[in-house]
Amino acid sequence: MLKIKNLNTYYGKVHALKNVSLHLSKGEIVTLIGANGAGKTTLLNSLSAIIPAASGELLLEGKSIAGLPADRVVSLGLSQVPEGRQVFNPLTVEENLELGAYLRYRARGQQGAIKEDLQRMFAMFPRLEERRRQAAGTLSGGEQQMLAIGRALMARPKLLLLDEPSMGLAPLVVQDIFKVIQRLRSEEGTTILLVEQNARAALKVADRGYVLETGKVILEGVASELLENKDVQRAYLGRDKKEIWER
Amino acid sequence: MQIWDPDYECMPREEMEQLQLERLQATLNRVYKNVTCYRNKFKEAGIVPEDVLSLSDLSKLPFTTKEDLRLNYPYGMFAVPLREVVRIHSSSGTTGKPTVVGYTKNDLKVWSNLVARFMTAAGVNSDDVVQIAFGYGLFTGAFGLHYGSELIGASVIPMGAGNTEKQIMIMQDYRTTAMVSTPSYAVTIAERIEKMGIDPKSLCLKVGLFGGEPWSEAMRREIESRLGISATDNYGLSEVIGPGVAGECPCKKGMHISEDSFIAEIIDPDTCQVLPPGSVGELVLTSLTKEAFPMVRYRTRDITSLDYAKCDCGRTTVRMKKTMGRSDDMLIIKGVNVYPSQIEEVLFAIEGCEPHYQLVVDRKGTMDTLEIRIEVTENIFFDEMKMQKAFLDNVERRIDSMLGVGAAVKLVEPNSIPRAEGKASRVIDKRKI
Repeated sequence: MLKIKNLNTYYGKVHALKNVSLHLSKGEIVTLIGANGAGKTTLLNSLSAIIPAASGELLLEGKSIAGLPADRVVSLGLSQVPEGRQVFNPLTVEENLELGAYLRYRARGQQGAIKEDLQRMFAMFPRLEERRRQAAGTLSGGEQQMLAIGRALMARPKLLLLDEPSMGLAPLVVQDIFKVIQRLRSEEGTTILLVEQNARAALKVADRGYVLETGKVILEGVASELLENKDVQRAYLGRDKKEIWER
Repeated sequence: MQIWDPDYECMPREEMEQLQLERLQATLNRVYKNVTCYRNKFKEAGIVPEDVLSLSDLSKLPFTTKEDLRLNYPYGMFAVPLREVVRIHSSSGTTGKPTVVGYTKNDLKVWSNLVARFMTAAGVNSDDVVQIAFGYGLFTGAFGLHYGSELIGASVIPMGAGNTEKQIMIMQDYRTTAMVSTPSYAVTIAERIEKMGIDPKSLCLKVGLFGGEPWSEAMRREIESRLGISATDNYGLSEVIGPGVAGECPCKKGMHISEDSFIAEIIDPDTCQVLPPGSVGELVLTSLTKEAFPMVRYRTRDITSLDYAKCDCGRTTVRMKKTMGRSDDMLIIKGVNVYPSQIEEVLFAIEGCEPHYQLVVDRKGTMDTLEIRIEVTENIFFDEMKMQKAFLDNVERRIDSMLGVGAAVKLVEPNSIPRAEGKASRVIDKRKI
């Protein structure tokens, strides 16, 4: 599905991503974990062309997306759910969703398909249907996150990038969000690249993971093995209660 | 034909190379950060992990040798704090000190899985009863096969090495179906079975997994016909992981290397240049999944060649030929690695003994024997037989405790051993393997 080789990204002189290589197979959930500033969001933004990548090979289903503008990347099948949701506050829920299909409006015969997709989103997120005429800014955090995911899905992506979907949400809502992520894969077959501060929860739903540290990949592995890795535990999962008691 | 891990064992080459590159870069970033020895070696070579952009860039990296392991004895090469290590093994070193290797919890899991792959390839499944006739202890062999069998779900008999008659009794009574040992021990068992008048067909044995020492196709045929089993070879070394690097499938045309965990290269042992695929040379291995003890370009000193052609069994991983020898002077005696320098050191340590010695390795029947011939000097000339015997016993005892292999020590006349022009004359290997 996605193949990256030696991706380098800079913020001015700051070398934010150093030779990052990673891949996602079709239908896989892969998570990126790492401390703040490790380069997780930068990686997602480089893929979706929000930040230009300085160098590297980026292949989406065998086609190079390096250097393409963001709208081309979206139309090739890659959508991003940005960190902090970024819904259009004054617009209604329905309008937000429709904007997700913006690129498809131009194509002929898509109108019907877009209507169908809208219904699909409402079926998947009943809360959004209840509030379809409400301004997105008045939704709760969890609802906004659902909306942001729904909006990205309206572009019918093959690969969905999720940036910190559980950020700032109540634990019960976080559970819902992770259930949605699992359903996306099992029901829609969507391939997902997930960035998450809640590394434990992310590794539980993911198949594989990459650990980033100061812009470099230091570990790749099956999610269950990464959960057991002491480096990962120490840095990103927090210490176990037991260990605290021992001290 | 069962395949344990089809996703990885049958991965298309292009995908495998992507995975290898990802894991290689991650491994290099980790060792550069965590292992002083690697950091220094990379600096000396003027290279940083970021310079590795493709698998072919691997050749820019410095080699790791047994000497490096010796210099960093015991824990210097570990990439994690010792508290995260849950297992320690070791193997013989070139001189004196052994080399120490460690495993994290994850390493043990990965190791078991790699062993399960080649055991499955050899024909072992959850219905099998596996008798392990490797020595448990510091060597990695027995434990590796033990874990692999358990993971497959086979019934493991942790028999340990030696005690041939008991091995045979257990083999009969417990209905062992898969046997794990050195190939030469398999021949010993076959001989003893014949001597005891047992019909090999009355046993339940169907497969043998033999490793720990080089062996020939002729020996395979002998074992297969005498025991009525399928005899398979596997390869590993404790510095890299132990058993689990590679193993044969039923096609028996080379051992499949688990390439998602190891990158194999073949170099010319003299010039250290990487040789093109198919060439015969020294095997160099880089680990991709190890946490506690990662290895970057480890010179195995084993001579072999690699075949990248697709195998009939469906696996896409590269195959290595049976090892054809060593690029150093290490001897494998009864499956134990022995360096002449270790023996030299023992002889030096014993007062008055000048190192004019010769090692004679032979195979009596099926068991390897080691004889050490020492030239008599004034210092170790004894009129009394008793004193001479005490001296020889002392040497034998020290050699045994150092090597873990018994040796017969013999005194010979002064100047009767040809003076060394090369290392070869120190060692006479009469075995025809």
